[in-house]
Amino acid sequence: MTNRTTIAGITAASKPVRALKGVVLALCCAAVVVPFLGIVSTSLATHEQITRDGGFVLVPDEVSFAAYTAILSGGVVTRATLVSLFVTVAGTALSMATTILLAYGLSRPRSTAHRPLLMVVLFALLFAPGIIPSYLVVKSLGLLDSYWALILPVAVNAFNVIILRAFFMDLPREVIDSARIDGAGDVAILFRIVLPLSKAVLAVIGLFYAVAYWNAFFSALLYLNDTAKWPLQLVLRTYVVNQTQLGVDQLGSAGAALPPQEAIQMAILVLSVVPVLVVYPFVQRHFTKGVLIGAVKG
Amino acid sequence: MGWAGLSWWDRVRRDRILLLATLPGVGLLLTFHYLPWLGNVIAFKDYQPYVGILDSPWTGLANFRIIVSGDPAFLNALTNTLIITLLQVLVVFPAPIALALLLDSLMSARLKRVVQSVLYLPHFLSWVIVVAIFMQLLGDGGLLNNFLRDHDLGTVSIVSNPDAFFALVTGQVLWKDAGWATILFLAALSRIDGTLYEASAVDGATRWRQLWHITLPGLRGLIVLLLILRLGDALTVGFEQIVLQQAAVGVDASEVLDTYVYNNGILAGDWGVSAAVGLVKGLVGLLLVLGANRLAHRFGEQGVYQR
Repeated sequence: MTNRTTIAGITAASKPVRALKGVVLALCCAAVVVPFLGIVSTSLATHEQITRDGGFVLVPDEVSFAAYTAILSGGVVTRATLVSLFVTVAGTALSMATTILLAYGLSRPRSTAHRPLLMVVLFALLFAPGIIPSYLVVKSLGLLDSYWALILPVAVNAFNVIILRAFFMDLPREVIDSARIDGAGDVAILFRIVLPLSKAVLAVIGLFYAVAYWNAFFSALLYLNDTAKWPLQLVLRTYVVNQTQLGVDQLGSAGAALPPQEAIQMAILVLSVVPVLVVYPFVQRHFTKGVLIGAVKG
Repeated sequence: MGWAGLSWWDRVRRDRILLLATLPGVGLLLTFHYLPWLGNVIAFKDYQPYVGILDSPWTGLANFRIIVSGDPAFLNALTNTLIITLLQVLVVFPAPIALALLLDSLMSARLKRVVQSVLYLPHFLSWVIVVAIFMQLLGDGGLLNNFLRDHDLGTVSIVSNPDAFFALVTGQVLWKDAGWATILFLAALSRIDGTLYEASAVDGATRWRQLWHITLPGLRGLIVLLLILRLGDALTVGFEQIVLQQAAVGVDASEVLDTYVYNNGILAGDWGVSAAVGLVKGLVGLLLVLGANRLAHRFGEQGVYQR
């Protein structure tokens, strides 16, 4: 068997093998894209088409935003969306602040009490507290039915701290040392040098936190008994996964004919995916720049 | 700056900003990651919420009896957990390695980036969304069954079929995370020394021999590391994912240790026994990580932490 050789030295594959690879990758991409397409299309489709296509539309004949108007005009879904937005914004802000400070505080291995403080973070990574003891702590702090119960227990993610610390430690020492000679203190160094040099990794960690808050489902189920406080993911579970019918009572728009149930369900689904889809492309390009790899090697 | 001669107090003064910076984060970790371990005392008590943790009577190891007594509900949860873990190690673990090799061999960097962006995306969707999407595709009124019905091929029950539950759960994890998991393997692949491939090509190595003698050895450290981490989670399988789907397939098919603790403890009020199961689960997980790490050191790999 003769091999053609590329410059890199990796022996090039034969034509059929390359075609097969292309087909496999195309199928993988389709497995992700087609469901999205179907969800968006169904949320925009009319009653007749949904009935005709058996509940799931891949390409809508006619576009109708009735489902979105229905869920966003001040009912259960609108409120849940606002709750999720609040928890995500407040939680991400608190998480970023505490994580940056902790990672910075641990970024100089020869500082006082460095080792025991680092151990606190590393062991948190190894021992996950059980469901029941965590519940008891949240309960005894009086946080049940409070949005803080969705934020404080997960505010500091030890893994994110380790990634960020590794990144801070890899920053060029000379820049920091020369700033120190110019009289900059630890606070000034953090804000004027460390943070501006770490934008990419901060964007990635910010995305991780924001997505975790936005997607949190079980913590809300566990800690919020008051259904009026439910975030979007729990509403999604009730009306889409468990197929509870959404009536006029749950929607803001009274009087008008309800859009098809399937369209409403898919519109809620789209609503819960959109924020992720909006932020993702801006952060995604940083993934491949190796910002996540530092933690693995060190 | 000679700091070796500084007293402890002077060093605290010198590092005061760094120490202050760690306070909020360390405080949160101590409260929500370490304080709960004290809550585990209820595993040794007959805990009644209205009596309180301190005043509930001690029961010694009585709550732990369920783990060794052959209780069918507990054994069922344990068996299901282990089967799902095994399926995930066998099916889900190798998938991103294969996918990364495929992606890495794409010649066009631009195409590679597009494919990567698409395949990473499902990782950022919540389990509620993933389960809802699978219902739309494979549910009794979903895309697949509508297609089969339209062509008079009968229907297949997937999302509400207890016998298909393990396959469904594995398929969902594959869909959600296989793409994202390639990120680490792609990074490791890009670090393999290109001259190794050149030299082997000169010696007439085929692609399969290059894969076997250069690529896979280059990934070995990472594979060992990830297997160790997975082993530590051997008793933890997709809690949110399973809670969401328990109603559809029933407890027999879907109960795992975490849902057992939740259903019996928080929902049914059998606090002590559930806490005991949770505690043993946590300790076993820790022992598994430490044991696997020691094994990795013995085989000359780095493992999770250095000695």
